[in-house]
Amino acid sequence: MIYKETGQFKSTYESDHSIFPLIQDKIAFNILMLVAFLVVPFFIDSYWEKAILIPFLIYSMAAIGLNILTGYCGQVSLGTGGFMAVGAFATYKIMTFFPELNIMIIVLLSGVITAFVGILFGLPSLRIKGFYLAVATLASQFFIIWLFNKVPWFYNYSDTGQITVSERTMFGVAVTGANAPPYATYLFCLILVVVLGFAAKNMIRSKIGRSWMAIRDMDIAAEIIGVPPLKTKLSAFAISSFYIGIAGSLYFAVYLGALEVTESFDIMAISFPVLFMIIIGGLGSMLGSFLGAAFIVLLPIFLKNVMVDLIGLSAVTAKHFEITIWGLLMVVFLILEPHGLARLWSIAKEKLRKWPFPY
Amino acid sequence: MSLDKIQSIPYGKEVIKIKNISLAFGGVKALTNVSFEVKKGEVFAIIGPNGAGKSSMLNVINGFYKPTSGQINFAGEDRKEMIPEFAAKSGIARTFQNIALFKGMSTLDNLMTGRLLKQKQNFLMQALYFGPVQKEEAYHRDKVERVIDFLDLQAIRRTPVGSLPYGLQKRVELGRALAMEPEILLLDEPMAGMNVEEKQDMSRFVLTANDEFKTTIVLIEHDMSVVMDISDRIVVLDYGKKIGEGKPSEILKNKAVIDAYLGVAD
Repeated sequence: MIYKETGQFKSTYESDHSIFPLIQDKIAFNILMLVAFLVVPFFIDSYWEKAILIPFLIYSMAAIGLNILTGYCGQVSLGTGGFMAVGAFATYKIMTFFPELNIMIIVLLSGVITAFVGILFGLPSLRIKGFYLAVATLASQFFIIWLFNKVPWFYNYSDTGQITVSERTMFGVAVTGANAPPYATYLFCLILVVVLGFAAKNMIRSKIGRSWMAIRDMDIAAEIIGVPPLKTKLSAFAISSFYIGIAGSLYFAVYLGALEVTESFDIMAISFPVLFMIIIGGLGSMLGSFLGAAFIVLLPIFLKNVMVDLIGLSAVTAKHFEITIWGLLMVVFLILEPHGLARLWSIAKEKLRKWPFPY
Repeated sequence: MSLDKIQSIPYGKEVIKIKNISLAFGGVKALTNVSFEVKKGEVFAIIGPNGAGKSSMLNVINGFYKPTSGQINFAGEDRKEMIPEFAAKSGIARTFQNIALFKGMSTLDNLMTGRLLKQKQNFLMQALYFGPVQKEEAYHRDKVERVIDFLDLQAIRRTPVGSLPYGLQKRVELGRALAMEPEILLLDEPMAGMNVEEKQDMSRFVLTANDEFKTTIVLIEHDMSVVMDISDRIVVLDYGKKIGEGKPSEILKNKAVIDAYLGVAD
């Protein structure tokens, strides 16, 4: 009933190929966007900003990036943390060299730089696949972190090895630095995620996305059709790294403000969680990237609220429980629904189509 | 060499000339000095007992295997070897003996991938997805829909092909090859594992493709009744060597072919 498709006819291929072919989806999405752009900015406080919304948006961006590479093109990567570090340090260096540059341009440029680094580390993918490629990308993770620690030029020879963001404004409002109001940082991230999210979806539903999926599903047949394997894989690495680089840039400039590379972009801090996001959310699904990010960001907060505030455990014990529950959920999830939250959603939609009169 | 060159060849003239092709994997000789010609617009069958080198021959033609010696002449141009991408660009499509579909994608997307080479928009335009890209997508969708109509695939348009039954998967694979609008279509056992009705359907599709789109068809098939019925000319391989070539009626009388299939009486 709710998802009734009856009566919704498409008379052109353009409309049949739209992102939200069903009117219900379109309405729901528009309401979501209205709330996100027009309601949330008036009510956002710094807790919602720093603990929930900004991490969610940034992780969504990283998850979209990794999903393009792993979910759509089938190239497993454990180098997300490294690529996010590239984005962060690119932002830092560009900020130092061009103090006058607009922050939006800085963030996008950092993405472009990360894209080139991604191409470089994607080169082995022509020869190696699966687990072996995962190990190769793991090497890139360690190499990049090592590099940013070892070469002082990257952190401008500061004593602590930390990089710190300086204040940048857009339309006269600070979006980076300590004085940035929550609504400004939130809107800044939201605009990037929405615009680039649409761009990703558009690529996925057109030629380039189909060639990624062709390489993922059967590379020999893809080659026969005329998909050049190297070019296609590298384009996936480049575009994926672009998204991940922007996530890293926002992570540094908007979210943390100051960071130290080993601790912030560690494999346990970024690479694995983002991989879990796309696995839990759904490999090869845009919606999955967002659901996975929301799940991973919200779960610890939810568990902490329940265990510390409701049950009254000490913070340390709660933390230990949290890690255990997290791992347990992960295993349960992989067994029960290996296709992730996105699949659960599509099953729910299928049910809603017939509800309340299933036949 | 390009698509235009193949297109400029008149029907009935040789479009592929295989000259003394040999292929060896270490000590195993898959093909030895095989030569034959495929004429434009015909249904050409390669037959032979198991392990005769039929699939290897197709793999040489579209560039998967590099021949140890010999040459392939495509539309008047000699080549030592092909690469798959080049073969695709010069209008050669193929299907595989064991289905090689994109299992995670829907039937429609599988067929749309067949159009990849004909889509010209770059990725930035695709990311923005406005006017020209939309128009291009719709144009190719229209072409794909014609193939879908032709092969009766309407009902499974949105189904992921991994979940389709075998016979339909074979048909989708043929559809993907046809969506490329190929000049030459290489079919590796398109009717393997099918029942009689499915074989009849498939034969009809192959013949119609040949008839309506003037596609040259090179096919490998084990079902002799099908081969004798639908092909214009046949080449027979055995242990990597050519043992016969000619019209179906000639092949049926060929002593060497009969011996290869039925064994020699002592």
